[in-house]
Amino acid sequence: MGKTIVEKILAERSGRKAVKPGDEIYTKVDLCLGNDVTAPIAIQQFYSAGGEQVVDPGKFVLVPDHYTPSRDIDAAERCQSMRRFALEQDIENFFDVGQMGIAHNLLLERGLVTAGDLAIGADSHTCTYGALGAFALGVGSTDLAGAMLTGKCWFQVPETIRVYFRGDLQPWVSGKDLALYLLKHIGVDGARYQALEFHGEAVRSLSQEGRFTLCNMVVEMGAKVGIIEPDEVTKAYLKNRSQRKPKYLSSDSNAEYIATLEYDATRIRPQVAFPSSPANVHNADEVGPEPIDQVFIGSCTNGWLEDLRMAAEVLLVARRPVHPRVRLIVVPATPDIYRQALREGVLQTFADAGGVIGPPNCGPCMGAHMGVLGDGERCLSTASRNSVGRMGSPKAEIFLAGPAVAAATAVLGRIGTPEDI
Amino acid sequence: MKPLSGKTFIFGDDIDTEEIIPARFLSSGNAEELARHCMQDIDPEFVRRLKPGDMIVAGRNFGSGSGREHAPLALKGAGLSCIIAKSFGRIFYRNAINIGLPILICEEAFESVNQGDELEADIETGQIRNKTKQETYQAEGFSPLLRKIIDSGGLIEAIRQGVLK
Repeated sequence: MGKTIVEKILAERSGRKAVKPGDEIYTKVDLCLGNDVTAPIAIQQFYSAGGEQVVDPGKFVLVPDHYTPSRDIDAAERCQSMRRFALEQDIENFFDVGQMGIAHNLLLERGLVTAGDLAIGADSHTCTYGALGAFALGVGSTDLAGAMLTGKCWFQVPETIRVYFRGDLQPWVSGKDLALYLLKHIGVDGARYQALEFHGEAVRSLSQEGRFTLCNMVVEMGAKVGIIEPDEVTKAYLKNRSQRKPKYLSSDSNAEYIATLEYDATRIRPQVAFPSSPANVHNADEVGPEPIDQVFIGSCTNGWLEDLRMAAEVLLVARRPVHPRVRLIVVPATPDIYRQALREGVLQTFADAGGVIGPPNCGPCMGAHMGVLGDGERCLSTASRNSVGRMGSPKAEIFLAGPAVAAATAVLGRIGTPEDI
Repeated sequence: MKPLSGKTFIFGDDIDTEEIIPARFLSSGNAEELARHCMQDIDPEFVRRLKPGDMIVAGRNFGSGSGREHAPLALKGAGLSCIIAKSFGRIFYRNAINIGLPILICEEAFESVNQGDELEADIETGQIRNKTKQETYQAEGFSPLLRKIIDSGGLIEAIRQGVLK
């Protein structure tokens, strides 16, 4: 019987000949991520459990990204606890203001996770790394504390749903649109506890960053992990970047899948999710007049350089500034992305159009800081979530889309696509 | 182990962690403090009406969305003795097990239980008794590894007791 890439990674990492869905594993992991929401709890638990020395400190990555630069005293204290812990425990991969960015984008950029890895992160968007052909799982703070104590984590082997996006993408259609399109069709628990394995010409045509965006959103569908078999694009990304030797695996042609979904990607238009579910998705060029007060471009989903470039291109094509009612907030995901966007004139384009640019962090996505919403306000966000109260007031409304729709919306003052300009 | 017992609060499908504990309250890791804001945006009276031992019976995908452990912590801190749902969001499920918040998967319970029903739940056998309606439901069992963690009272406890290999 053939095996899926997920089954192969879990078998290999747990030292078993083979695994099947439902099998339980308690095994060592290659990477453990914590941020300023989740790491302080884990650190406390580690000490209360009598922990003294973290097992395998080289595997830990600590990134204060949600409330940084510290938005209040509590946030500063969280960073202090992480900083002290990293120093005391010899955890080299602690990134402070100046080096830190959104954890997922940062550690991918720095090659801290690679193909074939078994990675855990105390943040639900850890699933992003599956785009490298890794098994990357979002876990909780207690799991992180457990990994500090033992180097191990528990897993149950998931079933895999194979998803094909066939054909070429239309202009302005990105990994984000594929993710929203899939959400429209399978809903917020359409892949509950399962792995989503992506295939097809449209997926292969995405850059590595576009693939990260696609895998980033699988958690919104209830999935355990998303995964894309490595190919030349992956290898090029990891070359001169991966800190450890990658293991390139792929699914056998006779592997068993719980379901296969096929979509004609040539028909996919730019998408937009309406309040208050990421699955409440429509074609962005078929919605009535939906005025917008704030546009946020950034987040682990769409804070990549390619996303900023796409948004800037739309603004240049528009040759007009941001609509007078709209507040455009742009947050590059990492310092390197920020610097490169600066060099290329991308940040200049946002600034000239009347947008504001923030330091790399998660802030606006979850209403932490830098663009919290008040009652009745409407924001179009390139992040992954739009549940009630996500960005501040429970009486605000959040729409989700990719960078092209976001930039077009900022200019129009209402939801639209580049073709509307 | 003594069965858990209390009155039921019904919630629907897809209650996400943002609704269980809004992001603006995440700065506390303290269970008692989090508890005060539990379900605040969707049911501001919930915490006030809750008595220790009470239970939630919910539909599909309870605890979906972000993996914040504050969600099961808030529920535990609020005094809920057990969360029964048709299904759970994946990270919520593992967090609840890891911190020792009793959860049970039972479709039947969601179909039959009414708001305010007095329930008794045995987390070892998975049997749920509805004392108000004189009905019994059977929840799904847990796998051997999860059974060990649950019986130890949580992941850290299981590690300290050396039951995980």
